[in-house]
Amino acid sequence: MKKYSMETTVGIFVLAGLMCVAYLTVKLGKLDVLGGDRYPVTARFKDVTGLKSGAYVEMAGVRIGRVAGINLDTKANMALVTLEIDKGVRLTDDSIASIKTSGLIGDKFVKISPGGSDDVLGPGGLIVETEPSVDLGDLIGKYVFGGVK
Amino acid sequence: MTDAITFLLSPAAFVGRTALTVIAELGGFCIFLVQGLWRIVVPAPPLRKIVQQVYFIGVKSIFVIVLIGLFTGMVLGLQGYYTLVKFGSEGLLGAAVALSIIRELGPVLTAIMITGRAGSSMAAEIGIMRISEQIDALWTMGINPMRFLIAPKLAASLICFPLLTAIFDVVGICGGYLTGVALLGINPGVYFDRIDAAVEMGDVTGGFVKSLLFALLVAAISCYEGYFTHARRDGFGAKGVSLATTAAVVFSCVAILVADYVLTSFLL
Repeated sequence: MKKYSMETTVGIFVLAGLMCVAYLTVKLGKLDVLGGDRYPVTARFKDVTGLKSGAYVEMAGVRIGRVAGINLDTKANMALVTLEIDKGVRLTDDSIASIKTSGLIGDKFVKISPGGSDDVLGPGGLIVETEPSVDLGDLIGKYVFGGVK
Repeated sequence: MTDAITFLLSPAAFVGRTALTVIAELGGFCIFLVQGLWRIVVPAPPLRKIVQQVYFIGVKSIFVIVLIGLFTGMVLGLQGYYTLVKFGSEGLLGAAVALSIIRELGPVLTAIMITGRAGSSMAAEIGIMRISEQIDALWTMGINPMRFLIAPKLAASLICFPLLTAIFDVVGICGGYLTGVALLGINPGVYFDRIDAAVEMGDVTGGFVKSLLFALLVAAISCYEGYFTHARRDGFGAKGVSLATTAAVVFSCVAILVADYVLTSFLL
């Protein structure tokens, strides 16, 4: 009886621990277990200062995906951002991707404004129209040093 | 003349002797660690032994880990709130609590608590087996004590440390929720949303890599100190066991914090 109860408690302990591991990796670490419920789209930006991998992608204030990776397009010297968009969301090829800040000094995120075209962007598509991130320091600098016209 | 030179050189001799002792100890420890790890694989120790050790190291530590995790999270919530509220960004509390627990406090505090609870008793148990010649008896009976005593403890530590760290992390985040949301009135949605946004896969895996390394260090140091109780120069018999237990806890804690710094600088 004693032997049996020890093995049971060890089993419960391991299960409880694994549940915590699963919560940490799947929920917080965004490990894609099921996979395939998102599709990738790339967007080329002039400037992505402050944007981090894992940032949210929003449309009309609703979260529709996240930033999967940020690389430099060495030919054009522009930032190439890979976005993972939820399967149900259909983006048109004239959607505008812009980098916004939540609040005044909060995290950067990508906002997608829907376009009016009928052509839907498939997996691996490229969003052509983009707006770079606005740097608050630059704006203040322009104002202070008289760059504003 | 030669006496005078010997006298003058005695500090140098002391430094050399100390250095040689330290290097010999480190070498012995590394050999011990590799042998112990090897014995986990070939030939694998009986599963019963590992389950017993998981019970002792893991199950019996749950209570203290949950308690420590809860209060660590709660105090982080409290301290973080009063720092962040000065900048009007108390919404970031969830991220601050979760990141500091997952990346740093979870693995380190879990390892230190298990050192105090299980590491000390491992050293004392093996040390007493050594001075009462039970380990020699095992050799005589043709049982390899590395496989029978050390390998199950190492294997069980490698299983228990990450699991207990995960429990600590989750409980700690709930502790931060208690003070931040229930006591100080942050929006609960904001708390968990910020955690969700701030924690990356790299943070979680980094924490688990740390806890695996700590598991190896703590179990190996504690077993090593116990296993070589008879070889201590500063004590013999019962005193040797007490010194071995103290050394196991002190060296484990120092090793945890040093390894934590080194590993963090590599992971960042």
